[in-house]
Amino acid sequence: MAGKVIVLTSGKGGVGKTTSAAAIAAGLALRGHRTVVIDFDVGLRNLDLIMGCERRVVFDFINVINGDAKLNQALIKDKRNDNLFIFPTSQTRDKDALKRDGVERVLEELKEGFDYIVCDSPAGIEHGAITALYFADSAIIVTNPEVSSVRDSDRIIGILASKSRRAEFNLEPVAVHLLLSRYSPERVRKGEMLAVEDVNEILSIPLLGVIPESESVLKASNTGTPVVFDEESPAGRAYHDAVARFLGEQRELRFLQPERRSFFRALFGRA
Amino acid sequence: MAIITRAAEKTQHQVIGETRCGARDLGLTVNFEARWAGVGSRMAGNLVQGAVFTVMVVRAGMLRDPAFEPELAEQIRRSPRFFLNAPVVLDLKEASEFTQEAEVAEAREILRRHTLTLIGVQNATPVQLQAAADAGLASFAPNAPQPSRRPPRESAPSAAPIAAAMTKARLVTQPVRSGTQIYARGADLVITAAVSPGAEIIADGNIHVYGALRGRALAGADGDVDARIFCSRFEAELVSIAGHYLVSEQLPPEQRGFSVQIALVDDRLTVTRN
Repeated sequence: MAGKVIVLTSGKGGVGKTTSAAAIAAGLALRGHRTVVIDFDVGLRNLDLIMGCERRVVFDFINVINGDAKLNQALIKDKRNDNLFIFPTSQTRDKDALKRDGVERVLEELKEGFDYIVCDSPAGIEHGAITALYFADSAIIVTNPEVSSVRDSDRIIGILASKSRRAEFNLEPVAVHLLLSRYSPERVRKGEMLAVEDVNEILSIPLLGVIPESESVLKASNTGTPVVFDEESPAGRAYHDAVARFLGEQRELRFLQPERRSFFRALFGRA
Repeated sequence: MAIITRAAEKTQHQVIGETRCGARDLGLTVNFEARWAGVGSRMAGNLVQGAVFTVMVVRAGMLRDPAFEPELAEQIRRSPRFFLNAPVVLDLKEASEFTQEAEVAEAREILRRHTLTLIGVQNATPVQLQAAADAGLASFAPNAPQPSRRPPRESAPSAAPIAAAMTKARLVTQPVRSGTQIYARGADLVITAAVSPGAEIIADGNIHVYGALRGRALAGADGDVDARIFCSRFEAELVSIAGHYLVSEQLPPEQRGFSVQIALVDDRLTVTRN
């Protein structure tokens, strides 16, 4: 088995990389693929919280890189899905602990046992983010529909095309996909947010999905449950669509129109 | 010592000041020169760095004068530290000799005896230039027309093969992303995709963008005032030709989003629709 390395990156912080990494990884696992999600945000560990396994962390990514622990000692198996594993990072160290040869060795070992290795990149374009994207086979660019996020995404796409391993060794370029998160059709209609078409025109990369702004995402993060486990939530369904498109399925885009408010909701105010 | 100061000569190559020291005795000229590369090429990165040097110029006729050597020796005796290993350029204006490498080498020897180092020639004919090059010397402008160097733009068709003067344009087919810089040195730049905000495209020649130009575009970076910028959708952050630039705030809003070309007319950047 030779797993594929997927990086979730954005340049800008706070756009939903970790939420999306958790959701995409869980979505892949739900479809029967053995998947591990790695936290590259050394020193600002969050993925364990989003995945709800923060109390089970013993060893971490940096321990394994430094040879202080074995891979299977550090991997945490998800309690909801047997195909899903979480690889937390260190909260006490900093990004310098991410040594490229160590990361490569760990990723090579993970490729043996997993179909997909989902890397949750830190924000920025410094060492941590560069190391997270360096070994990627595919990249999912998480972007919010606003100009600063779009510009940072554009920058990171340029970096993927010039500084990744595939670029350095003149291999087939990293497959880049766009995931538009925190999308509010209502605010787009009012002109407060960029529309899907505007973002697409600037970035011109294949669109994997549009995740609507949704309270269920916040709730999912706070309870440590990836939003894809919530079948009712529009965001959860949008992530399922994105995973399906990533695997090559054709699916119609959803959640691009403002929600129709029902007669009763209109009567009794905001739902 | 008489001091003569001269004003700027050309736009590209300014002589800031010139001091003559003991001109009547020795014909030694000390030049202070600075090269201005223009805003564009400064943005192009640290590809070539300019520097200012003080160089003495010795006129060729002086070397033949029997009084030259004693007078030079006397001058050096008065200020030996100034002349120790000082670089010298040989001015070959109206000099018919120095067409052989040996002659140039001999001149170098004479100067060497007086602690001076001959580094190059000036006002050389093509034959003299070849002799100087064979002797390992540099060429300092101005020189008589020379076939091996780039001919001046306005020169009439010469015997030089046209193919040698042709430079292939640089072609970019991928979108130019924010933070990326592309420089087409000595060539035109053709881009068949969009140029994102925060990207910078630079060419010594013209720039063509068959897509939206949203970043910065700098044409004529080495000073070509005839260079132009063409784009099929004009949303640039900055455009510049030969160092004259406009930022998006100064660009005509009525041309935004259209297919335009930008040219330098009477030292002003003008944007016209295609």
